[in-house]
Amino acid sequence: MTAVRRFLSGGWLPAYAFLYVVFLYLPVIFLPIFSINTAATPKFPLSGFTLHWYEDLPRTPALLDAAWNSLIVGVSAAILSTVLGILAARSITRYRYPGRRTINGLIMAPLVLPEVIVAISMLLVMLQLGLSLSLFTVVLGHVLVCIPYSMTVLTSGFEGFDRSLEEASADLGESAFGTFRRVTLPMVAPAIISSLLVCFTISLDEFIIAFFLTGTEATLPIYIWGQLRFAAKLPGVLALGTLLLVASFLLMTIAEILRRRAARRTQNEGGLYA
Amino acid sequence: MPEQPQIDLPKVERPQEDRSRPERAMIEIRNVTRSYGAFKALDDASLTIREGEFFSLLGPSGCGKTTLLRMIAGFDNPTSGSISVGGQPMEGIPANRRPTNMVFQSYAIFPHLNVEQNVAYGLKRLKLQGGEEKRRVEEALAQVSLTGLGKRLATELSGGQRQRVALARALVMRPKVLLLDEPLSALDKKLREQMQVELRRLQQAVGITFVLVTHDQYEALAMSDRIAVMFGGKIAQVASPKEIYQRPVNRQVADFLGGMNFVKAEIVEENSASLVVDTLGFGRVKTDKPKAFVRNGGAATLGIRPERLRVLWDNATAKFEVAGKVVERHYFGEITHLIVDIPGLEKPLSVTETNDFGADDIPVGTSIRLAYDPEALVAMAD
Repeated sequence: MTAVRRFLSGGWLPAYAFLYVVFLYLPVIFLPIFSINTAATPKFPLSGFTLHWYEDLPRTPALLDAAWNSLIVGVSAAILSTVLGILAARSITRYRYPGRRTINGLIMAPLVLPEVIVAISMLLVMLQLGLSLSLFTVVLGHVLVCIPYSMTVLTSGFEGFDRSLEEASADLGESAFGTFRRVTLPMVAPAIISSLLVCFTISLDEFIIAFFLTGTEATLPIYIWGQLRFAAKLPGVLALGTLLLVASFLLMTIAEILRRRAARRTQNEGGLYA
Repeated sequence: MPEQPQIDLPKVERPQEDRSRPERAMIEIRNVTRSYGAFKALDDASLTIREGEFFSLLGPSGCGKTTLLRMIAGFDNPTSGSISVGGQPMEGIPANRRPTNMVFQSYAIFPHLNVEQNVAYGLKRLKLQGGEEKRRVEEALAQVSLTGLGKRLATELSGGQRQRVALARALVMRPKVLLLDEPLSALDKKLREQMQVELRRLQQAVGITFVLVTHDQYEALAMSDRIAVMFGGKIAQVASPKEIYQRPVNRQVADFLGGMNFVKAEIVEENSASLVVDTLGFGRVKTDKPKAFVRNGGAATLGIRPERLRVLWDNATAKFEVAGKVVERHYFGEITHLIVDIPGLEKPLSVTETNDFGADDIPVGTSIRLAYDPEALVAMAD
């Protein structure tokens, strides 16, 4: 009786929330747990603690190559998509013109398009253009998927940017370029850095597009995929996966902190009222 | 008829304030129109603002006052007409090369810079020698009573302090004209009134021409040397605060500047300087003819401010009085607002009376008499 009443009054909500979080993060927790297990097969009960799998990682040349490739692709994709994102976000937050919302929607669309389809289409386009598959084609593919994320971060940083700040700068004698350098750039810098970090992280983890568009050079996710065929290599993959997970988590946290700082700055909060 | 005490409304010769200053034009606005498609934000406005003057552009939102201010600053350009500042035509000169500085409505304080850096922002380009920059920043901060707060971040300031930073940042440039876009509208009432006094004092100390945009008639009246009242993109009247308040050119201006009783009148006689009109409540009245008066048949409107009607107590009489009955009473602390129905008038009169003689105790329904000075009756175009 009381249980029913408690159920109806929402007393079960904390339990539900707990299960929800478990469902989301349990699989992720297994990764680090098995990566420090001595056994080569991920199976309970755990057999013992070791950092052996981590120690092996830097001694694998193919892994180092893949990491280097991922770094190149990640940095290039981050810079390219952020530059393009800045231009688009600036236009969408600053100017009012017909089709503004449509354009915004089209830029954000890759976020929800099936990635396999995007990857196959891009492969076809690249081949039609006569481009040979390489890290460069992977970068192009990653720019496509990164731009929506870049836009999200940047528009939140640019939105509410008080236009009178730029006018005030001009009013005080500063040229258009000087205004950009002394006012606009410092104010949106946190959002830009945040966008770079987000894009880098996305690119670092991205598998499908890289899988279709890369030639002989593997990025980290592709390297991991290759290793999964060998059962003996699994603990190493788990160790590498754990590292990627931690790196992604850290980068995203920093990015979010910066994004919030940028949003707070541009909103000029608490200033209008004494 | 027994001798009754007479109240003669005070008619003393008051010393006239000496407003004679060399009247050189600082801003010349000639036939300026600003259109957005078919809509005219500003419609053929002409205006001369004098050097060293505290000038206000007053009007409701959408009357074109901000558009005009932004065109003086260089953030917008006239569709037609010309603007010159200090004798120099402004056409084609961008905002960053105009001898004007602006205090923005949102203050537009750079949030990534501290107070000092904000104030020094415009000076940096001038590359001043030997500590001159620092001296000028200190001086500007002192002018707005912010000495010692130079290292504060803009985000740590109150609204009133931000406003002062915005002022200092503009004044430090020593502009020919300081433009103020509703600078006090975001402050609470008390701070606003305090800043009105301070702004006026500051303007007189620095002697720079101030152009203020406001929709608050009391602000404009309290601070300005002259006011331009604007409606619908047109300038309705340019005059001193006192003249604008006492001699509005039309009903719109009269209404915007505060309460006004309007009384229908018939024109009996009209010549170049005066009008003689007949009214039902006030009888035959001779008044000055406003400059912009345009006769429209035999009808005119006569106006009198509520505070120019005084309650006559007991047996007191006045040379000019009207009798009526109190129909409503509203208490406002230092004053009481009475609505008095006068036989023959189409609308009851509003009367504001100070409470020092007990106007707040007059019961509704009481018959009272009101004294007025015929000079307070002003004829205007509808």
